[in-house]
Amino acid sequence: MMGSGSNNQPAVSARNLRKRFGALEVLKGISLDAHEGDVISILGASGSGKSTLLRCINLLEIPDDGEVVVAGESIALRTGRRGRREPVDRAQVDRIRMQVAMVFQNFNLWSHMTVIENVIEAPVHVQKRPRAEAMREAEALLDKVGIAEKRDAYPAHLSGGQQQRAAIARALAMHPRVMLFDEPTSALDPELVGEVLRVMRTLAVEGRTMLVVTHEMGFAREVSNRVIFLNQGVIEEEGKPAELFAAPKSERLRQFLSSHLQV
Amino acid sequence: MDFDFLKETVLLLLSGVPLLLQLSFFSIAAGALFAVLLALMRLSGNPVLDYAARSYVFVFRGTPLLVQIFLIYYGLGQFPEIRQSFLWPFLREPYWCALLALTLNTAAYSSEIIRGGILSVPFGQIEAARACGMSRGLIFRRIIVPQGLIVALPAYGNEIILMTRSTALASTITLMEVTGIASKLISETFRAVEVFICAGAIYLILNFAISRAIALLERRLSPQFHTPALAAAVPERA
Repeated sequence: MMGSGSNNQPAVSARNLRKRFGALEVLKGISLDAHEGDVISILGASGSGKSTLLRCINLLEIPDDGEVVVAGESIALRTGRRGRREPVDRAQVDRIRMQVAMVFQNFNLWSHMTVIENVIEAPVHVQKRPRAEAMREAEALLDKVGIAEKRDAYPAHLSGGQQQRAAIARALAMHPRVMLFDEPTSALDPELVGEVLRVMRTLAVEGRTMLVVTHEMGFAREVSNRVIFLNQGVIEEEGKPAELFAAPKSERLRQFLSSHLQV
Repeated sequence: MDFDFLKETVLLLLSGVPLLLQLSFFSIAAGALFAVLLALMRLSGNPVLDYAARSYVFVFRGTPLLVQIFLIYYGLGQFPEIRQSFLWPFLREPYWCALLALTLNTAAYSSEIIRGGILSVPFGQIEAARACGMSRGLIFRRIIVPQGLIVALPAYGNEIILMTRSTALASTITLMEVTGIASKLISETFRAVEVFICAGAIYLILNFAISRAIALLERRLSPQFHTPALAAAVPERA
């Protein structure tokens, strides 16, 4: 394992995840460990299961089989009355989700709240931290992602890049152990991609644990310490970005890289 | 124009306004609570609850309010079980029968308005809330209600106005609210046009006040729609 953290327990690990939607099996037994400080880029063609993998890790999708372990705590699942998998204890899922923050492709800021209200919402109402403290921290976070002056604006008045940076601040405000990024720049105009990637790069340098589903090959190559290539629901290839990009072993990855690197 | 008669008529009709407002206020308040329950049943994903709520809405939207009032007022008393139950002291009073019919009726309509409001909240925002560890109750209170309310309010304003006018039907079971008094005056004076003009004016003024209050509430609840950047982009909503 390539963990660089202080202990050997992974921050988050997925074991043998399987997920099917109707007749389509999207994940066919995927395992991965993310240790403290890992930045893992997850690549793959659309439909390869990258987003589903990420969504299974914070239980936005319930895996049909397999296990998710966050900081040593396994999320208990069972088969419900109608044959569907469901969490045994919703409170456990809620508690674990606080440690696994998610940044979405479409930002998903709450449109009836200002930027700063978005950022303090979970700290104040879920984590029950004092409002004044949450406000101070939110201001610092907005400053960090470069939109301090937009604190009282509503999401509809921000550009896509600003919205995504606000969403990153919202995720950071919960002090998560792991951050999941689900194609964070795919909905952005090309000229706005850079400002979001810059923020993500800063987070990586700070040593945050990140799982990033992305099509940004530059980010995957330069920022992450491990790359996973998914193909049709299985991990086709994984390794250090330098090795993987320079010498892909599988034919699939070779094709994928050649179609994504020639711009 | 016989202004003295008009003035006298208006004063008499105004004495029916407190009853009108009572019927309207209490039926809307109780109906709203029931409606939230019905909407949640529809959205529960539980087929039994869903079907029960669906059937309820089908029956109460599909039959005239007047028929519902008559069935409750004249119909319930036919059952000895009801006449002997603790409910009878209420159900034999036209006031409670009217209130019950209005409540049950508005609940059916309002539940659909509320369901629409809930469904209007973008799913991504609910997912973001779940991803933050918010419980179902917290998501409902903090994310769904504030946004759904804004969407539901224009339609719900209609319903409030409709209910205020519908209280007139209570006059058919002897209640002396504005329309009841008007009918009585007409049978005494045979001056239907003047009396009904006065009654109509009273309803008009009441509903004007209600619609202003709703518009005000709408503005207060949706600050994000009233900042300059969007005002230019979105056509003005009166």
